[in-house]
Amino acid sequence: MPMLLEAKGLRAGYGPTHVLHGLDFLVEDGGVTALLGANGAGKTTTLRAVCGMVKTEGEILLGGENIAGWATEDIARRGLAHVPDGRGTFMELTVEENFRLGAYVRRDREVQADFERMWAWFPRLRQRWKQQAGTLSGGEQQMLAIARALLLRPRLLLLDEPSFGLAPLIVQEIFGIMRRIRAESGVGILLVEQNANLALELADRAYLLETGRIVVSGPAAEIREDEAIRRSYLGY
Amino acid sequence: MEGLAHQIIAGIATGGIYAAVALALVMIYQATHHVNFAQGEMATLSTFIALSIIQAGVPYWLAFLATIIVSFVIGVVVERVLMRPVQNAPVLTHVGVFIGLLLIIGNGTGWIFGYTTKAFPSPFSSEQPLLGGLVSAHELGSTAVTLGVLVLVYLFFRHTSLGLAMRAAAYNPRSARLVGVRVGWMLALGWGLAAAIGAVAGMMVAPVVFLDPNMMLGILLYAFAGALLGGIDNPAGAVIGGFAVGVLENLAGAYVVGTELKLTVALAIIIGVLVVKPSGLFGRVVTSRV
Repeated sequence: MPMLLEAKGLRAGYGPTHVLHGLDFLVEDGGVTALLGANGAGKTTTLRAVCGMVKTEGEILLGGENIAGWATEDIARRGLAHVPDGRGTFMELTVEENFRLGAYVRRDREVQADFERMWAWFPRLRQRWKQQAGTLSGGEQQMLAIARALLLRPRLLLLDEPSFGLAPLIVQEIFGIMRRIRAESGVGILLVEQNANLALELADRAYLLETGRIVVSGPAAEIREDEAIRRSYLGY
Repeated sequence: MEGLAHQIIAGIATGGIYAAVALALVMIYQATHHVNFAQGEMATLSTFIALSIIQAGVPYWLAFLATIIVSFVIGVVVERVLMRPVQNAPVLTHVGVFIGLLLIIGNGTGWIFGYTTKAFPSPFSSEQPLLGGLVSAHELGSTAVTLGVLVLVYLFFRHTSLGLAMRAAAYNPRSARLVGVRVGWMLALGWGLAAAIGAVAGMMVAPVVFLDPNMMLGILLYAFAGALLGGIDNPAGAVIGGFAVGVLENLAGAYVVGTELKLTVALAIIIGVLVVKPSGLFGRVVTSRV
């Protein structure tokens, strides 16, 4: 059985400069993989590379199919949803319209049922249903971004720093919801996160990036327990 | 008093034309942040096509529909062939392409159909004045048609998922791609729709101003004034602005500056808005960080 996501020798960059120098990493079916590292290590670029937002070299296998070089919209249609940095919600549109766009490519009849599932996971979004996304609080916008991505019914969800700029209590709430999503939906997650402690709690596999290279990889639990790695790379 | 009422009603009728063209301008502006200077010439070309179809013996409303479809296709093709290659080019490139398009379509139209001014039929029997002479059948009919088009466009963007995807692609192309929207095609559809709306405006105004290759030049100016007045990034505002400019222009022409200087009203509005309130009455204020 093929891995949900497998990157082999992934290189990527902006213009002539390379930011990623040959990464190999995996996301298992229904598993959570965390990408950790300092600012500028290439975490965000890795996510952008996987969903076709930057030029890449190497292989990106989604369910065994090489999607390297595909257009972003075609990758999305294959069941890959991305919550980018800056969230990627439609600020000018209402929460409802953001939901409808999330399910835009779907032709099945379970969209309404999925709306209700999102309302159960994110009750606050239901209260804001007719409101413009731009008027939502930061936490609510992050929730909307995740809901919008899940409405694609993705096989794989990319999350770029869901805790960024949010108060600790809201971060706790969002990670709580993500644990529920993981348990209830079976979607695979590739998670980029500054807060290594939180990320390693949720993940089952982790990679540590340093200037575009993977320096440490392994089961999340082991990395969390390894004092040397924690001290030298994760800083806690 | 009756004269004033008539001027206002006639203003609303031409205002509907301006509103439609203003909407076409705004649609493309929202998606590309550029004003399509060739919108008027494209509409003139459409109107000539309509005349040819009508002269071939096709009933008016059938020709009307056929023209809308042909214009839509022309709009899509222009975007795919001419605009797509320059989509990431600097502003001046766009301006150059738009001016080129304006000249090519304008002169092409004259070359194919001739420069003589032609009468264009109205589908509304125009001889009897209605409401005690206040309004002509064509004024009433063309207002109904432009309003109908505006309502249809509104419903399309509000209530269909394709319309929603087009709005998403215009507001935030990057995020639209992430939900699987084919942004390039949405842009082409927008051009098609704008061209179709322009075609309706052309066919409705041609019986009044008569048809020649420069027919839409003045109208584009009024429409641009309307779009700016309402807010160039706000479709509803542009429509209201279009109607307002129609009424203002008519009143000013009748009571203030006379018909010869009517077009200056449009320029005065454009400059006035840009100086006093650049975002327009209903537009968003854009702040850019330097």
